[in-house]
This record gives sequence, structure tokens and C-alpha cells, in this order.
Amino acid sequence: MSSKVSTAVMRQGLKVIGVAIRTEPRVFTAAVLSSGLYGVMTVASSWALGRATEHVVLPAFREGRTSAGALTTAALLIIGVAVLKALGIMGRRILAGIMQYRMQAASRRAVTRQYLRLPLAWHHRHPTGQLLSNASSDAEAAWGPLAPLPMAVGVIVMLVTAAVAILVTDPVLAIVGFLIFPAIAVLNLIYQRKLSPLATRAQQLRAEVSEIAHESFDGALVVKTLGREDAETARFQAKADELRDANIAVGRVRGLFDPMLEALPTLGVLAVLLVGALRLQSGGMVAGELIEIAYLFTLLAFPIRALGWVLAELPRSVVGWNRVQDVLDASGSMEYGTARLDGHGPAEIEMSGVTYGYDPEAPVLRDVGFGVTPGRTVAVVGPTGSGKSTLTQLLARLIDPDRGAVRVDGTDLREAARGAVSEVVALVPQQTFLFDDSVRGNIALDRDTHDRSTDEQVWAALRLAQADGFVAALPEGLDTRVGERGATLSGGQRQRIALARALVREPRLLILDDATSSVDPQVEKRILYGLREGSARSTVIVVAYRMATIALADEVVYLEHGAVADHGTHEELLARCEGYRNLVTAYEREEAERAAIESDEEVVA
Amino acid sequence: MTAVTQEREAVAAGGAMRAAERSALETLRHGLRLSPEFRRGLGGTAVLAVLATLGKVIIPFAVQQVIDHGLRGAAPDVPFIRNMVLLCGLAVLLTALAGYLMNVRLYRATESGLATLRGKGFRHVHDLSVLTQNSERRGSLVSRVTGDVDQISNFMQWGGLMVIVAAGQLLIATIVMAVFSWQLTLLVWACFLPLIFVLPRFQRLVAAGYTAVRERTGDVLAAVSESVVGSAVIRAYGSEDRTARRVDAAVDGQRAAQTRAQKIVGLTFPVTELVASVALAGVVLLGVELGLHGSITEGRLVAFLFLITLFISPLQTATEVLNEAQNAIAGWRRILGVLDSPADVADPENGVTLPRGPISVSFEGVGFSYPGGVPVLHDVSVDIPPRTRVAVVGETGSGKTTFAKLLTRLMDPVSGQVLVDGIDLRDVKFSSLRERIVMVPQDGFLFDATLEDNIRFGRPSATTEEIRLALTELGLTDWLDGLPAGLDTPVGQRGESLSAGERQLLALARAYLADPDLLLLDEATSAVDPATEVRIARALDGVTRGRTAVSIAHRLSTAEAADEVLVFQHGRIVQRGPHAELVEEPGVYADLYASWTSATRS
Ligand SMILES: Nc1ncnc2c1ncn2[C@@H]1O[C@H](COP(=O)(O)OP(=O)(O)OP(=O)(O)O)[C@@H](O)[C@H]1O
Ligand SMILES: Nc1ncnc2c1ncn2[C@@H]1O[C@H](COP(=O)(O)OP(=O)(O)OP(=O)(O)O)[C@@H](O)[C@H]1O
Ligand SMILES: [Mg+2]
Ligand SMILES: [Mg+2]
Repeated sequence: MSSKVSTAVMRQGLKVIGVAIRTEPRVFTAAVLSSGLYGVMTVASSWALGRATEHVVLPAFREGRTSAGALTTAALLIIGVAVLKALGIMGRRILAGIMQYRMQAASRRAVTRQYLRLPLAWHHRHPTGQLLSNASSDAEAAWGPLAPLPMAVGVIVMLVTAAVAILVTDPVLAIVGFLIFPAIAVLNLIYQRKLSPLATRAQQLRAEVSEIAHESFDGALVVKTLGREDAETARFQAKADELRDANIAVGRVRGLFDPMLEALPTLGVLAVLLVGALRLQSGGMVAGELIEIAYLFTLLAFPIRALGWVLAELPRSVVGWNRVQDVLDASGSMEYGTARLDGHGPAEIEMSGVTYGYDPEAPVLRDVGFGVTPGRTVAVVGPTGSGKSTLTQLLARLIDPDRGAVRVDGTDLREAARGAVSEVVALVPQQTFLFDDSVRGNIALDRDTHDRSTDEQVWAALRLAQADGFVAALPEGLDTRVGERGATLSGGQRQRIALARALVREPRLLILDDATSSVDPQVEKRILYGLREGSARSTVIVVAYRMATIALADEVVYLEHGAVADHGTHEELLARCEGYRNLVTAYEREEAERAAIESDEEVVA
Repeated sequence: MTAVTQEREAVAAGGAMRAAERSALETLRHGLRLSPEFRRGLGGTAVLAVLATLGKVIIPFAVQQVIDHGLRGAAPDVPFIRNMVLLCGLAVLLTALAGYLMNVRLYRATESGLATLRGKGFRHVHDLSVLTQNSERRGSLVSRVTGDVDQISNFMQWGGLMVIVAAGQLLIATIVMAVFSWQLTLLVWACFLPLIFVLPRFQRLVAAGYTAVRERTGDVLAAVSESVVGSAVIRAYGSEDRTARRVDAAVDGQRAAQTRAQKIVGLTFPVTELVASVALAGVVLLGVELGLHGSITEGRLVAFLFLITLFISPLQTATEVLNEAQNAIAGWRRILGVLDSPADVADPENGVTLPRGPISVSFEGVGFSYPGGVPVLHDVSVDIPPRTRVAVVGETGSGKTTFAKLLTRLMDPVSGQVLVDGIDLRDVKFSSLRERIVMVPQDGFLFDATLEDNIRFGRPSATTEEIRLALTELGLTDWLDGLPAGLDTPVGQRGESLSAGERQLLALARAYLADPDLLLLDEATSAVDPATEVRIARALDGVTRGRTAVSIAHRLSTAEAADEVLVFQHGRIVQRGPHAELVEEPGVYADLYASWTSATRS
């Protein structure tokens, strides 16, 4: 069984290498040619030395004199061969590197493209740390064998050359030599079989270590405020120790096979000497030839290991490749239609019979239906966890309903072309997210950021979001970088930048998911007034708890447990819907109660 | 200027964490010192390495023996050769065994050392102040305890001992060569001597190349991380292409750096090859010359030619190892960059452990500015007596969160001091401080685990019953019962499988379970619906009597219920007093309140 596994790994590994060769045929060919040059020159260097021995050194000793010409030729030959060999090494290394890095970069790009394409639901299922390691260490592992590959191909060339050289010199010795190679091949195969499960495990653990680190650094503030540094370190260390053990297991196998692979050619040399002596005795060859062949074998001892390196990298490569491929093959990406949503003026919205569940078994929205006529402002109100954010995500087509449909201007969002929805709809999510970029970059996003008119639009949006004041006060204004996820801004400032990002697009449908929660009441009030005055062009859907926001809305959709409990104007709902009344008047009632208690206390006192 | 402010400015200016300027050798030494495991059993490993090396001398030795003794006569001495070969075969096998044992020991030592190094780096990241943490991107921090450390392993497992082996090999080769012919040995050394001066120069280039690679790799991780974490926003704004371009730029930057480093290595590596050929040619020339004068036999000269390979191959290995070492050093530099970054908000040595109980806090003339920024808090002085309920209100950006971070010692004030029970926060032991003062930040980060595990994060020793009790006390039983799997519900990445309000409820429960003497809520219920918020406020009110509570909130319902309200504006406390008094006097608070009431009442 395990032998099947290992041949499968081998086959897959070769397939991966094949992909690389097909992608970069020219670089590969050049690298192999360099490596071939290196291989031939390695053999040639032994020939040059043998020639020097046979034609210069030995005659000189025999005859007691030598000619300057012969000496110079011998020396130049040795050096000339070495120069060519050096060129071969340079070419091989650099080109192999270029090929490997190109493939890695291509994988990284492809993987992140896929991250950007796959739906949110897929992201929810995959830890960030794992996705990071797919793009980093897995992409690296997948193309790991490419570095020693040209060398290995060169070695094969070298072996063939050497084989020919030996055959020409002495066929009997050649047979001895050739016996060594199958032995090396068999040993390598066993090596693969032992190594590949261990390599898989180590690679998996590497991803898990990165997962923990990423999560823990992400939550660094919580770790700090609760003083949990020790516990987190213990959690990380436990995983790092597992990785350590897995690596040691890999090391054990490598440690066993590497010296064996190294010993084999050495044993070959010894065998050559023994057989060579017998041949000398029988007069089948001369001393110079024996020396040449022995020298050839010592030279081969080192590069032959390159074959081993490629093979040793294969299991890890296959694991990395498969992990990358899993991402690339992940299905469930959103389907797009061809419809454009390029109407004019505010959009018309219709939700009908929408049911959605993150887990389809347990829907969080059930049979939700309501319509919004163009230009109206609708407040979506409901208790915590009632499905408001889910609703906004459906409206912006971040997710698709399980049943029912969301229509904008009568077009089912699923029929809209790629990019059409985001051109028309702007969502300010509940969780503010800023890019590690300038204020301008965060607001303008894809628009041409050097355009003067864009700058004016950005300022206009900032004004509307009541953010112009503090942005103007920033050290570099619009060019100030906000840090990762906007770390250098206060909570309210981040929210207002996010708001400006939506406003600058002058969307036909603006969705605000509790987008002013970190903003003080005064600023919120100003934003809302600004919106109302400027929003003639947008249909607005706003998730809110504050009375002012709700009061601004033309109508209210009240959600409870994922279903629309009531829909009407604020006054209507206040009058007829108890849940709604309880929710929006909670502060007033609280205050009234407190006042009552205080007056009671006064009466008692 | 104090050392601390200098440090802070360095962080602000440099952005990324950098290791103190150290030479490669010092970095290496420092790196090795950080992982004592590297040295454990090194003696034994080195002995094995020497044995393994000795094995490599066998071949030239055998060749020399065979040629000089076995082939000297007219007919080769076959039994002698046979015995030699068998003996050598045995030696090769023993060498392989020594090699195996050496490798196993080496792997164990280095992997243990690296695991420790990862742990230390990880821990130190958490020890860094919030500001330093924020000066570096998460993805980049992650790469420092993952990929950067992996770079070291290559060198340690293969290169580290190779240097010793290579040195041993060189020594042995030199001695054997000198036995054969001291003149030729001198010649060989003379050829290689210039390398000793040239190589270090190359190494510096290589080092710079690899350091660039590590940095660009950090960039890639940061860019990928952003595109994953921001996936919702990226989709909502259709900015996939833009994000892809940013990732591409990072990936291309990395590739360019890698290619550059590879080019440098590729160009420098064959230098030894060339020098070797010069040496070889020289030996042939000089050897023949010497032979003509009868100072060397032909067997010896031929064997010497073999010995040169023995001399060259460790040199080649050494160049390779040195390159690998530069890579490792680049990795070490990155992790040392973390470890060298001062934990400027550090746990004091011999810190005071404060007794639990009612807590008083006072700010005395506290001023603060973020590194490289303008002052955001000016001369804030305030006393919070035990058992008070304080509300902090103020405009966006007025410094409320900054105030909270100083109160919980996530940062230290630039001027003035913060005292808890009369003791400077900087002198209080962290464990004691974190036990007594707990802050609930605005976005309640959750770990990818179950609800129960997340709440238990507040107090690891808590039983399930205690967790249930805490939720009951906070009035969250109904909510809990509504969840499909109750306490076992997984919350997902960063808690994303919960709604924003639910996340905040959990974060609150977590802090509540920690049972601090002072609970600081920074807009901790901003996303919770009003009915639940009022319920929670009441529950907290009931059960936290006797403790101090500081809440920052834009919903002024909190302020109405507080004993005292602190009003911030532009980094100063401009008003303070109970709500009832403040609404009466014209000022910031009255304005805020007016817009709040107009907001809550239609
Ligand atoms: N990614 C997810 N995977 C699984 N369940 C989820 C996910 N996101 C939300 N839920 C669940 O769906 C329900 C509705 O969540 P949603 O975020 O829509 O609520 P909400 O009304 O916006 O609440 P809030 O007022 O707290 O923001 C909640 O019970 C929540 O636990
Ligand atoms: N890490 C940081 N680096 C630089 N400046 C910062 C950093 N954090 C906050 N600031 C700045 O300090 C000022 C005060 O911020 P702070 O977070 O204390 O405001 P806040 O009162 O909590 O506001 P909000 O109500 O919006 O949360 C703001 O102008 C902000 O831009
Ligand atoms: Mg929500
Ligand atoms: Mg704040």
C-alpha cells in the first residue's frame, strides 16, 4: 500500500515538475543547457587531469624532462575547462532560481486571485492563517524541487557522459560502475516512501503554527487586556513543539538516507579500484586509465546527490502543490449574469421570499419580503442577532439567497454582470475595515487617484461624512497613511472614512449597517442631515437603533428572529408592534424608571 | 530626550522593527545564544562529524596506497589491494553510521532550538506595547515567527556542522598534503589565500540580498492577509482588481528580491571553482618541476592531485554554507528585530502586587502623544474614588480611548503619571494589574473556538457552571438558549459567525468572568440593541456594586446612570460632575445631550 502511495507521490511530483517545465520552457532549457555544460565539464575536468597525468606528468617522470609547450597546454586545458564549468554553474543557479521564483510568484498570484474571487461563505470556512500559509509556505514548497532540478538533469547528462567515457576506457569497469546506479535508484525509492507521510505532516503543522500566530497577533489587544500572554504562548509553543517533533522525524529519515546515498558512490570507487587492479594485472588497461576512472567516480559522488535532493523535495512539493491546488480548484465562486444595472436615479429594491442560512439547515432569514420605491429611506430595526447584517449582505450581493430573490430595478442580482452590483450599491459594513493605505486610497479605491476632480469628490464625500475637519488636520492630509486596518485613527474617525468611501461613489442604493455607532450624537446628527439633503439621488437602507436615524426614515422594516415582524412607518409600528416599541423606547423607559426610583427615594427621605 | 522617547521615535520613523546594528558574526552569536539547545550535546555531534569527515579522506588515501604500494611492482599486488579495499569499505560504512547519528542529533538540537526561538519571538510580540505592535503589520509579524525561523533551520541542519566538518577536512587535507609535499601545499594555500579577502565582500552583498528577500516576504504576507481579512469590503466595493494589483506588486517585489539574491549567489559561488583550477594547474606545473629534481615521486604527485579535490570540496561547501548562513542571518535579524524591540511598556521588575478590593485611580497631569504625532491628551488630572461609576463622553477623536489605554497601561503617559491605589501604574506587577483592571475594547475580538472557550479566556480556571452563572447574571440566558448549540456554538474566525452585537455580548461576558476590581468599557455595547443594552447596564449595576466601572459611550444613557461624567474635548477634560448637574450648565455636555435626546425621542 505504502509503495503505491510513494509511486503516486513520485508520479504527482514529476507532474508538478512537468507543469513548471511547460510554463517556463525557455528558462528551463537554458538552465538545463548550463547544467549540461557543467556536467560535461565536470567529466572533462577529470579527462584534462588524466590527460595531464598520462601525457605530461608520467612521461616527465619517466624521461626526466619535459617541454614547456606540453606543460602550458595541460595547464591551460585544466583552467579552460574550469572556466566553462564555472559558467555552467552560474547559468544553472541563476536560471534555476529565476524559474523557481517565477513559478512561486505565479502560484501566489493565482492563489490570491482565487481568494478574491471565492465567495464570503468560503472565507468563513477557512482560517486566515491557513490561507496565508497557502500563499506563502505552500507555494514555496510546491516549487521547491525546481532549484536542484536543472542540476539533477545536468547530473543525468553527466552520468551519461561519464558512462560513455568509462565504456570507451574500459567496458569491464563500466559494468561495475553501472551496478552502483540501480542501487542508488532503489535506495531513493525507499527514501521517498518513508519520507512522504512525514513531510506531509510537517507541512500541515507549519500551516497550523502560522494559523495560531496570526490569530493570536490579531487578538493581541484582548490577550493583553486580559493578561493572557502566558496562556497564548503555551498554546503556540505546544504547536511549535509538534512541528519540532515532526521535523525531527523528517530529519531522522533524511539523516539515515543521506549518508547512505553518499556512501554508495564511494563504495563504487573502491570497487573500481579492486576490479581495476585485477584488470591491470591481466593487462586489460593502463594505470592512467584506472586513475582517470577512479577520479571520475570521486567527482560523481557529490553531484549525484542532486538527484537525491530533487527526490527528497518531491513529497513536500506534492503536499504544497495539492494544498495550493485545493484553493485553485475550490468551487462555489459566484456566478454572474450579463445584465447591467445602469438605470438613472435612485434604485428600486425588491426582496421576495428570501430565505438564507449560513448553515442551510438553520436559516437566519426566513421568507423575508419587502419592497422599496426609488428614493425612499428605509430603516431596518431588530434585536441583536435578528439578521439585519445578513440582510444588508444580501442586498449588496455578498451572499446569494437560498430561496427567493433580491431585485434591483427588477433585475435579479444573480443575473447582474460582474462588477455591476458594486457600481450601483454601496454598503458600509458594521465592522469598519480600512486598508493599509492613504486616506485617499481608502476612499477612492479603484478610481484614478491622481485625478484632480477625484480629489474634489473625495473632499466632498469627507464633508458629507463630517470627516473633512480631522482629515485636514492630519499631518499629510489625504496622503496620510492610516496604518493596518486604520490603527492610527480613533474608532469614530475610522467609521467616517468608511462612510466617505461609500458616499464618494454616489451610489443608487446606499446601505448603512449601523455605520454611525462609534460617532457621537452631534456628528451623527450632522451626517444624517447631510445625507438627507444630498440623498435625493439614492435609495437608502439604514440599520439603526437610534431614534434620530429611524425618524429620518420614510418607513421601517422590523425584523425579529430572521423574519419581518412588521413593516410601516415609525408611528404605525410604535402603535401596533410591541416588540418594536420595547426596543426603540428602551432608553426612555429606563430613564423614566430611574426618575421614578429617585423620586421614590426622595419621598422616603 | 529620554531613552524611551528616542525609542518611540525610532519606531515611528523606521516603521518596521529592526534588529540593532550587528555584524553578521554577532548576529550569529546572539542568535545561537538565544537557543541554548543548539549547543546541547554539540561535543558529541562534533566528534561524530569528525568521524564522518575522516571517512572522506579514505578514498584518496586508498588511491594513494593502491598506486604507491599495490601498483609499484611489475604486477599489481592484488591481495594487498583487496585488503585495502575491504578495510576502506568497512570504514565507509562506519562513516555512514557516524553520519546518521550526527544528523539525528543535529536535527534534534536545532529543531528544539528553533522551537524555543519561535516561542520566545511569539511571546515577545505579545510583550511589546500596543503601539509597537501596531507599527508592524500582522502578516509581517507572523512571518517573523514562521518563515524567518525556517530560514535558520536550513543553515543549522546542514550548514552549521558543515563548517566544522569542512574546517576539519581542510585541516586534515592540509596535513596530509604537507606530508606528501610541503612545497605543493604552500602553492595551493597561496592560490586560495586571496579568497579569504574577497569572500567577505561577497558575503555582505549576499546578506543584503537575503535581508531584502525576508522583508519583501513580510510584505507579501501582509498584502495577502489584508485581502483575506478585508474580503467583505473588497467585494462590496468591487475593488478586487485593485487589491489584486497591490498583492501583485508585493509578490513581484518579493520575486525581484529573490532573483537578485540568487544572481549574487550565482555569480560568487563559482569563484572557488576557478581558483581551484588555477591551483590544480599550478600543482601540475610545479609538481613536474619538483619531480624533475627528484623531490617527489610520481605516485605522490598523482595522489596529491586527488588530495586537492579533498581540499577544494570543503572550500566549496564553505562558500555554500556561508551563503546559507547569510540567509539564516537574515532570518535571525528579523526575529532579533522583534526581540530587540524594547517592550517599552514592560512588566516592572519587583513590581508591586496590589491587594484585591475597592480600587481608586488617579491621573496626575497626564499628557500623551502618539509617536511622531501631536499631543492628544493635555494635562489630564482626575481622581476616580473606589466604587464609582464613571462615564466618559466626548466628541469623536477627543481622546477617550487614549485615556482608557493609559488607565489600563497599554501605553505609558508621556508626561505625568497614572496612580492606582496611590502607586504609579508603572510599578505595578502586570499580573496584578491585569487582574484588577480589565478593559473591553470596542471591537470584541474572539478566537476561533466555541463560545464557552471564548468566555473562559477571561478566567481559565472557571468551570462551565461559573460561565453559565456569569451569563445569567448578565441577563443573557435567553440569548444563549436561542443558540443552536448553546455554549458549544463555534464563533468562527475572529467571531465572524456571530453578529456584531453578539460578539460584543461575548466580549463583555469574558471580561465580566475575569471579575476585575475596575471594569473599563470602551463602547463595549455600541452594537447591542437598546433593550439588551439597558438590561445589561442594569445587571452590571447590580452585580458590580462595590467595584469601579468606567464606561466610554456615545449613547448617553450610560452617562445618565453614572455617578460622575467626564467630558473630553480636544484631549482635555472640560467638564465633570454628575449628569444632573452637567445638563444644567451650558457647555459641551449639554449640547451632546440635546442632540442625544433629539436622537432618541422623535
Ligand atoms: N458567518 C456566519 N456564520 C454563521 N452564522 C452567522 C454568521 N454571521 C451571522 N450569523 C448568525 O446569523 C444571525 C444573524 O446575524 P446578523 O449579523 O445578520 O445579525 P444582526 O441583526 O446584524 O445583529 P447585530 O445587531 O448584532 O448586528 C445571528 O444569530 C448570527 O449568530
Ligand atoms: N495609534 C495611533 N497613532 C496615532 N494617532 C492616533 C492613534 N490612535 C489614535 N490617534 C489619534 O488620537 C486622537 C484621539 O484618539 P482616541 O482614539 O483617543 O479618540 P476617541 O475619543 O476614543 O474617539 P472615538 O470616539 O472616535 O473612539 C485622534 O485624533 C486619533 O486620530
Ligand atoms: Mg449586524
Ligand atoms: Mg474610541
